[in-house]
Amino acid sequence: MIMANLNICFTLNGKPVEVSTQSHLSALELLRAKFFLYGARESCAQGLCGCCTIMVDGQTVSGCLTLAATLDGCEVVTIESLDANGQLDPVQQAFLESGAFQCGFCTPGFILMSKELLALNPNPSDADIRNYLSGNLCRCAAYPEIIQAVRLAGERIRNGQQLKQGS
Amino acid sequence: MQSIDQMKTDLKYVTHGTDRLEGTSKVTGRVEYIHNLTLPNMLEVKLLRSSVAHAKIISIDTSVAAKLPGVYAVITAADICKIIPSPFYGPAFHDQPILAIGKVHYVGEPVAAVLAEDVHIAEEALHLIQVEYEELPAVFDEIEAAKSEVVVHDQLKPAGTFPDLKHIAGKRNTNIALDYQLRCGDVENAFAKADHVFEHTFKTQQLMHTPLEPMVSVGELTDAGLTIHSATQSPSFVRIEIARLLGWQENRVRVKTAFLGGGFGAKLYIKLEALAAALTLIVRRPVRVAISMEEQFYTITKHATSFNIKTAVNKQGRILGRKCEVWWNGGAFADIGPRVSQKSGFTSSGPYDIENVSIDSYQVYTNLPPAGAFRGFGIPQLVWAYESQADIIARTLNIDPVQFRRMNLLKEGVAHPTGTIMKDAALLQVLDETAERMKWDQPFNRGTEKLKRGRGISIGFKALVAPTTSMAVVSLAADGSCFVYSSTVDMGQGSDTLLAMIAAEELGLEPNNVRVIHPDTDITPYDMATLGSRSTFHMGHAVRLAAREVIEKLRVLAESLGVAGNEALNPRQLLLKKYGMQAGNIVGVGSFVPEYISPDKSTGQSTNITPNWMIGATGVEVEVDVETGKFKILHMENVVDCGTPLNPKVVASQLTGAAIMQLGAVLYEEMVFDEIGQLRNASFSEYKIPGIHDVPVVMTSHAVDSIQHNGPYGAKGVGESSAFGVASAIAEAIEDAVGVRLTTLPMKYEQICRAIHQNGKGTFFKSEK
Repeated sequence: MIMANLNICFTLNGKPVEVSTQSHLSALELLRAKFFLYGARESCAQGLCGCCTIMVDGQTVSGCLTLAATLDGCEVVTIESLDANGQLDPVQQAFLESGAFQCGFCTPGFILMSKELLALNPNPSDADIRNYLSGNLCRCAAYPEIIQAVRLAGERIRNGQQLKQGS
Repeated sequence: MQSIDQMKTDLKYVTHGTDRLEGTSKVTGRVEYIHNLTLPNMLEVKLLRSSVAHAKIISIDTSVAAKLPGVYAVITAADICKIIPSPFYGPAFHDQPILAIGKVHYVGEPVAAVLAEDVHIAEEALHLIQVEYEELPAVFDEIEAAKSEVVVHDQLKPAGTFPDLKHIAGKRNTNIALDYQLRCGDVENAFAKADHVFEHTFKTQQLMHTPLEPMVSVGELTDAGLTIHSATQSPSFVRIEIARLLGWQENRVRVKTAFLGGGFGAKLYIKLEALAAALTLIVRRPVRVAISMEEQFYTITKHATSFNIKTAVNKQGRILGRKCEVWWNGGAFADIGPRVSQKSGFTSSGPYDIENVSIDSYQVYTNLPPAGAFRGFGIPQLVWAYESQADIIARTLNIDPVQFRRMNLLKEGVAHPTGTIMKDAALLQVLDETAERMKWDQPFNRGTEKLKRGRGISIGFKALVAPTTSMAVVSLAADGSCFVYSSTVDMGQGSDTLLAMIAAEELGLEPNNVRVIHPDTDITPYDMATLGSRSTFHMGHAVRLAAREVIEKLRVLAESLGVAGNEALNPRQLLLKKYGMQAGNIVGVGSFVPEYISPDKSTGQSTNITPNWMIGATGVEVEVDVETGKFKILHMENVVDCGTPLNPKVVASQLTGAAIMQLGAVLYEEMVFDEIGQLRNASFSEYKIPGIHDVPVVMTSHAVDSIQHNGPYGAKGVGESSAFGVASAIAEAIEDAVGVRLTTLPMKYEQICRAIHQNGKGTFFKSEK
C-alpha cells in the first residue's frame, strides 16, 4: 500500500490551517482525526446518506467522497462553525424547536443542506424542500418535522431580511 | 382512576411535553456517540468474512497478512479459544462463535480479524488471508429448512436463561430452534361447521435496520477487568454475557454507552461486544471494532416469514376458528429469534375474538445472516397476514371491511385465545377513529381511468414483552439538583427527556434541572434492555418509584431534624442542617417488574400473558397508475392506543417515524440473495430506505384518549405501534383501486403492472366475490 504524505493548507471554519495528510484519506477522516470535528459522520460511506456533509468553497459535498488532499487552498465549513458566536444559527434553532430529529446522527447534514437551500431560495415550497433534501437520509424518518423546520427557518430568515431592509 | 383531563391539570410536565433535553447538542453536531470514541494506543479492526454459505473450514493461513507492514495481529478462533474455551454467545441460544470455529454458516460470518493502528492497512491485509473451505449443501428457505436434511447446527444449544427453551437442549438433526404452540377450542370442528373457509399464505422479506450510526464497540483493559464502550441497546445484558463468557464476576466488566445513532433492534443483546472483549484481552491494548454499513447487513436482520393462515367464518361474517402456521427465517444464529416467534407468535390470530384457535410458530435456522428483533418484534409480519386476509374475507362476503373488523374485534373483558382477559385495549376506539379520519362513510373519489384510487384500513396489536425488570436510582444533590441513574438507552426515542420529566414531576423540579446519567453498568443499575416499547412503562415506573422514595426519605429526615412546614421538603435546607455545609445526597431506588404467568407449554394458555396491549391502526388512500403499476400514497392516517401520551410531541414523531420506516419495508426494502446465498444489495445504492420524497403528501397521526391503568401516569409504549397496519392497509388500497391482491412484500410496481396485465395470474389474485 502506497501512502504518500502531503502537506495541505486550507481555511477551516474561518481559520487558516496547515496539516499533513495522505493521498488516500477522505476529508471526513482528516476532519475527525486531525481536527476532532465529529459533526460530520460516516454512515453509508458511499455519498448516499448525507451524514458526512461539509461545505467546501460554499458548496455542500460528501466528506466521505472528497479526498482530503483536494481541500488544499479551499474554504471548509463544518456544522461546528454555525454557532461559533455562541448563538444557534436560525436553521439550527428551527430544527430544535420543530423537533426535527430523533437520534440526531443525520442532523448536521440536513442542517447544512437546508442552510444552503435557504441561501439560494429563502422562500422554498414544500416540493423545493423535498427536492433539495432528497439526498439526505433519516432512518428515524423525522422528515415531516424537518420540512416544518425548514419552513420555519425560511420564514425567520425572510423576516430578518425585511427587518434589515426596514432599518 | 381519574380522567385524562383531571390528570393533566394535576401534572406540570408529564402529558404536557418538553423538548428533547439534548436537542442543542444534536443540532450543533456535538452530541456524544460511541462512533466518535478513540482511545490512546487503540487498534482498529477489520473482519474477514465467509465467502460461502455453508462449509467446513479446512485451513486458515494468516502468515502473509501478519507480515504486512503496519499489521499488529491477525486473530482467528484458535487464538480466541485460548482465553475463552467456549466462545459461543447469544441471548436465547449459545450458538454464535466469536469467530468461526471449524465451520461457517452463512456468507458474511466473521472468520478472522486483522488489527492495525491504520484501518486501511487492516483492510488491505484481509486480502492476504487464505481460507480453504469444503463446501456443504446449504438451505435458505424457512419452510424447506424446517424439514431439510441439511442442518445448520449439529446440535441445539439453548441458553439457560429461558425455562421454556429447556426441552430443546441437545436436539440433533433439526433446524427448528423453537416450536411454539397455542391451542384454544376445537379448530378442526370450526372448519367443519363453517359457511366459508379461507386459506392463504403471506410472505415477508428479509430486511436490515440500517441504523445510520453503524455498530461499534471499543474495548479497553482496566484495573478491575474490562470496559466495553458500545453503541448498544442493552448494556446490562452485555455485561452479564461478557462476564459469563470470561467466567468473571459481573463487576469486572463495565459497559458504557452514549447516545445511539439509531437502534431499531439492531443494537440489541450482544453484537460486536464479545469480539471487542476477546481481542482486547488478547492484544492487551484498546481495540475498536467498527463495522461498515455494508457489514451491518451481515450482522443482524429482520426475519423473512411465511405465514399460512386458515380461517373459518359464518355467513354473517363472524370468525369461528383460525389456524395459524408461521415460519420465521432465523438465519444462521438464533439471536433473539426464538423470543420473536413465541412472544409475537401468540398474537398470530390477530386482535379478534375467536373461539377456536390453533397457532404453531416455528423459529427456523437457515444459511442466511441471523435475524433478531426489529421495531415491532415480529408483529408487522403477523399483521400483514391476518389483516390482508381480513380484507379478502370482507370482500368475498361483501361486508364493509371496517364493519367486518368491528364485528370480530376483541372487546374489553373478553378472553384472548391465550385465556388472558382483555383490559385497557382500545381496539374499537382506534379502529373507529381511523375510519373517521379517513372519512370512511363518505363518498370516495375513485380517480380516473388511468389513475385509479383505492383505500384500506388495518389494525394490529402487540403484547408488551414480559416479564422484564427495570431499576433506577434518583439522587438529589445538596444544592437540590437531581441525577437519574438509568440503563435505558436514548437512541432517538427521547427517553432521557421523559425520565427527567418524570423525576421533575415527582420532585417538584424542572426537567432541565434533572441530569439523566447515560448507561454505565458500573454506575447505573440493571435494566433488561431498551426494546419492544418497554421503557416508558417499565423505566417510567422505576424512576417514579425511586423519586417517591426520595420524597419519603426527605420526610423522614425532616422529622428527625424536627423541621416542619415549607422547609420540610427542601433538600438544600435539610442537608445543610444535617451536615452543617453543602454536602450529602438523598438517594432513592426504584425497581419494577410486572406480574406475568408463563404460558402452558402445550396449549399456550395463561391468565396473565402480558402487562398491556399496544394497538396501532393505519388508514391509507393510494393512487395506482394502471399502465405502469406505479402507486402513490396520497393520504395516510396512523392511530394508536398508547395509553396517555407523556411527551406528546415526541409521541407524534414516533408515530410518523415508525410508519414511514415501515413504508420502506412495504415499498422497497428487500435483502436479495442469489441461489448460493450471496447477498446482492448490501448498500444504500441498491437497498433503498425511505427518503423525504416517500413521505405521503397528507400524513397525520393521533393517539386516542385512553388510560393504561397499570402504567405510569396511565401510559404504555408507543415506538412500534404505527408500523403494524401499514403493509396490509396499502395492499387493500391497491386491490380496492385496481383489483390486484399482493401477498408478498415488498410491493413492487412491476409486480402490480404484471398482475394488471396478466389479469390476476401467478401469485396474484383478486378476492373472490
